[in-house]
Amino acid sequence: MEETPETILERKMPLSVSVSPHVRSKESVEKIMWTVVVCLIPPLIWSVYQFGIRSLLLTLISVLSCVATEYVSQKGLKRPITIKDGSAVITGMLLAYTIPPGVPLWTPILGGVVAIYITKQLMGGLGYNIFNPALIGRAFMVATFPVAMTSAWVRPEHYFTSPPPVDAISSATPLYIIKHYGLPALFERYGDLWKVYFDFFFGSMPGCIGETSHFLLILGGLYLLYKGYISWHIPVSMIVTVGLLSWILGGDGLFQGDPIIAVLTGGVILGAFFMATDYVTSPNWATGKIIFGVGAGALTVLIRLKGGYPEGVCYAILLMNPLVPALDNWFRPKRFAPPKGGVK
Amino acid sequence: MQQIETTFPKGGVHPPERKELSERSTIEVLPTPEELVIPLIQHFGAPAKPTVVKNDMVVQGDLIGTYETGLCAKVHASASGKVKGVERCLNPLGNKVPAIFLEVDFQKGERDYTPQPWESLEASELLRRVEGAGIVGMGGAGFPTHIKLSPPKEARVDTLILNGAECEPYLTTDQALMREKAREVLEGARIIMRILGVGRCLVGIEENKPDAIGRMIEEASALKGAEEIEVIRLKTKYPQGSEKQLIQALTGRKVPAFGLPFDVGVVVQNVATTYAVYEACVLQKPLFERVVTVSGRAIKRPANLLVKVGTKISHIAQYLGGVTEGLRRIVIGGPMMGFSVPTMDLPVTKTTSGILFLTEEEIDERPHRACIRCGFCLEACPMGLMPNEIGIYVEAGKASDTGEFGVFECFECGSCAYVCPAKRPLVQFIRFAKSKAKR
Repeated sequence: MEETPETILERKMPLSVSVSPHVRSKESVEKIMWTVVVCLIPPLIWSVYQFGIRSLLLTLISVLSCVATEYVSQKGLKRPITIKDGSAVITGMLLAYTIPPGVPLWTPILGGVVAIYITKQLMGGLGYNIFNPALIGRAFMVATFPVAMTSAWVRPEHYFTSPPPVDAISSATPLYIIKHYGLPALFERYGDLWKVYFDFFFGSMPGCIGETSHFLLILGGLYLLYKGYISWHIPVSMIVTVGLLSWILGGDGLFQGDPIIAVLTGGVILGAFFMATDYVTSPNWATGKIIFGVGAGALTVLIRLKGGYPEGVCYAILLMNPLVPALDNWFRPKRFAPPKGGVK
Repeated sequence: MQQIETTFPKGGVHPPERKELSERSTIEVLPTPEELVIPLIQHFGAPAKPTVVKNDMVVQGDLIGTYETGLCAKVHASASGKVKGVERCLNPLGNKVPAIFLEVDFQKGERDYTPQPWESLEASELLRRVEGAGIVGMGGAGFPTHIKLSPPKEARVDTLILNGAECEPYLTTDQALMREKAREVLEGARIIMRILGVGRCLVGIEENKPDAIGRMIEEASALKGAEEIEVIRLKTKYPQGSEKQLIQALTGRKVPAFGLPFDVGVVVQNVATTYAVYEACVLQKPLFERVVTVSGRAIKRPANLLVKVGTKISHIAQYLGGVTEGLRRIVIGGPMMGFSVPTMDLPVTKTTSGILFLTEEEIDERPHRACIRCGFCLEACPMGLMPNEIGIYVEAGKASDTGEFGVFECFECGSCAYVCPAKRPLVQFIRFAKSKAKR
């Protein structure tokens, strides 16, 4: 609409006044969160193809549980409702991705309540939680339903190569086989080394709902890296540490382990790209991030080799989470320049 | 003469430049309005004392505000006319400051200034002319230039840096000056080199101003004599025009925390200031007008205007065809460090590099939320600070404990708040922290 010069001063302008800067980047919490959700969808499609429609059902139930818990707890705590920001959706997806596809359908409901209400909202909401909500949810489910959470594996329906023979351990995860029967048993079960690499990289093996397709998880992670939403420090340091330590300690003698199988089994890739990089529960600065990644990787290998569980990613990250404030305090960015005459 | 692409290494952001709105318009002389309001403080320091009283007649260029000692700058009449009063007016920071209200007499016309050779003049005489012309840093801070050009004896200044980075989005005043007045700007640089007694001058210009780079290189190559003036192309990145970042980009030297450029042997002058030095020393013309970029999507016709100090923003808006319905915020200066103002009833001063009329789409008024600890601000901060922690401390009522995060090293460039996905008002938090923390 045109305005005559005379009206410029008289006009009641709804002018806003604020502190600089007056321009802001297009990024927002919502945009980042929903981008992560999109990056997590391809592994889910793969999971449905591999394990059947249960994968999708469990994921939907988990997401619904998380979003509903977020809504109810924010209502109850008289906080603004932020279910649209996508963060509860991510928690729901990640929670589902860490459970076996054969568990009863109601299992993730409980996990979602623990993840969102106790781990996140009671700590103050997004930004204040100490632990990764999805991983606490999973840890709670493992403690509550130990049998289902560690044995309800589903045999993949679609192997790239010839279907493996049905036997006693047909639906055990590769990590379980490695832990209890050793690497030779794994090769006996899945074929020669390169076939194992190939199948494991693309995800033809039993495992948790969203952790098997390493190829698709890496694609999603690379996209987040490209967008600048995550940095390389945590994924690279964690994956390299798992590979190195498994190579050194994971075999019959020193340097006898297989680093690639170690990385391509269990939740290392999912954890390194999507869980250990959670903003709230990981360090802010590069040095701290690398130490965090190395710590999570080392604890993963320690639990796998010496602990009671075949897989250690979940507890490894959870054990590193409370160290984040200390890491952020110790490892800060380097200031531009010290004052004249050095730091007082 | 060389062309290197370089930039400062740590932090920085790339906001949308939006210079296309005004970068092609040539400098246009804004007709003098009927009334001028000339603040007696347009600089960093104490206000000048008025030398005129109500009903005095003044001629363009007459001294109307002066001082005896201390940190201050002289003020001159931007046009001929009658003093209507010495009263207080609102400045862009929202403070009431003393000002000369002038009723312009259009019969008197403009004064003529003719160039005179300066090469035979002593450095002290050139410095006296700079002081007499009331020149202040025109990039925004408004530090009196004659003081900046008198570094202490023990500082061994060897380099003059001309700041043509103009890293703020929208602003194109320095670009227009370098394109249209390249010879005069370089002459101003040579005068400053004489005053400082230095033999080296580096001109830093961001690569998004190829027209300015081209003209400056052309004129620099045409220079004969002992002075060495090098035009350096900088990779575009905000806040390149900040002194510390520019010095590092051009010389690799790091100004210490709480230090000044001459601690590393450098004096930095903005391009517009350098042009004012040329006018003061060659034309003997005081600083009473300047180039102002008027831009933003809410002004009918964005332009680079030559504006008399004391001209009201409303007059400028009228001259450019008015504002559109979408106007949401008026900013004096650039969008990253400028001040938003609640009214157009404000005068242009010596430090007004831009007036932006912004629409809702250009600014972002989404409410802020809790810090999600993404760490983007740590990557963006050119000073290596932790804006996230400062913000969290302020919210927790611990603003006085933020000294350990280097809050006083922050120069409020706004890079942290620009990148923050939670839209946190980090600059506001930091300003608050500065008011509470102990140095």
